[in-house]
Amino acid sequence: MWGIALLVFREVLEAALIVTIVAAATRGVARRGWFIGGGIGLGVSGALLVATFAGAIAGAASGVGQELFNACVLFAAVLMIGWHVIWMSSHGRELAQHMKAVGGAVQTGASSLSLLLAVVALAVLREGSEVVLFLYGMMAGGADGLVRGLAIGIAGGSTVGFLLYFGLLRIPLRYFFTATNWMLVLLAAGLASSAARYLVQANLLPELGSQIWDSSWLLSDGSVLGKMLHILIGYDARPSGIQLVFYAVVVIALMLGTRLLGGSPRQAAVRPASKAAAAPELDAVV
Amino acid sequence: MKRFLIAALFALPLVAIATEVPMFTLTIKDHRYQPTTLKVPADTKIKIKVINNDSTPEEFESSDFSREKIVMPNSSIEVFVGPLKAGEYKFFGDFHQDTAQGVLIAE
Ligand SMILES: [Cu+2]
Repeated sequence: MWGIALLVFREVLEAALIVTIVAAATRGVARRGWFIGGGIGLGVSGALLVATFAGAIAGAASGVGQELFNACVLFAAVLMIGWHVIWMSSHGRELAQHMKAVGGAVQTGASSLSLLLAVVALAVLREGSEVVLFLYGMMAGGADGLVRGLAIGIAGGSTVGFLLYFGLLRIPLRYFFTATNWMLVLLAAGLASSAARYLVQANLLPELGSQIWDSSWLLSDGSVLGKMLHILIGYDARPSGIQLVFYAVVVIALMLGTRLLGGSPRQAAVRPASKAAAAPELDAVV
Repeated sequence: MKRFLIAALFALPLVAIATEVPMFTLTIKDHRYQPTTLKVPADTKIKIKVINNDSTPEEFESSDFSREKIVMPNSSIEVFVGPLKAGEYKFFGDFHQDTAQGVLIAE
């Protein structure tokens, strides 16, 4: 039972951290609960589908289908997060304003929200498909305590997610969107670095130097904290050169994107919150 | 600089695929790896083939050399590993960590 709980916990935690950051980043947007719930629901259905076709996926593309699939899912999430981050930098002021306008129908956030719904779905799909395959194997092997293990794992993983969420809510409002935007940037960079790792594993990308550094003596990838930091900021105890390249490219691209297309995320986020969102010209932005 | 990086990214995969890599085989039976210790050359890119003879899925995984790939029942997968510096690297079966454990020794 505890073995089952532990594996489910780790996978749920990975997905929960991403969902948490998305939930925090969409704070104050109307109907976001539906979007996030819908994303989780879609993700679970997707996970069942992926697990069903796991054999076919693995066999595709001369044996590297699994790596390609994972890399595509990750890159898709990176693109959607990236789009949202850049969108936020120009529309963050509206968003912060709508937070005050209680009950106001938020039309504006919808397009960006559906992207984040997709991010939630992709995160749940990726980690969930592993859980489904694992449980399928356990069921075939006749393991006992399956349901209890599953329940404990899900409860534990989501609890950590909720704790992080309520921790994030303690960030003062004027720094809040700056903080969550940076979290999204690092999240995206970490996902891109993981995608690069899958492509190296499939020999589709060069490593550009394996194990550029080794900090596993300090914090190993296998530990729970290591796994959490892996998701949150892309921590890797022994990264390859190409992973660092992908990480840096995403961070730089998103920083440039927010500067060029939106003005800095800090300005966008702080202004409405500190100046009480009452400035009339803000309405014109919509 | 940026243009160079992009060009390098597109050009290098062709180079990477061109060379042949030595292959090593692991077999999973009753949620255990055979052999449990695999000696591989250090500073060389290698390929590991994992054959799953169980009727349940397994995930071949290592945090030490950072690889993870699901192996469906009664089928096999291949992953590229390294080049690794000389040393010991643990790997495991993520779905049966209590029994599926092994060590890769690069020397
Ligand atoms: Cu996982």
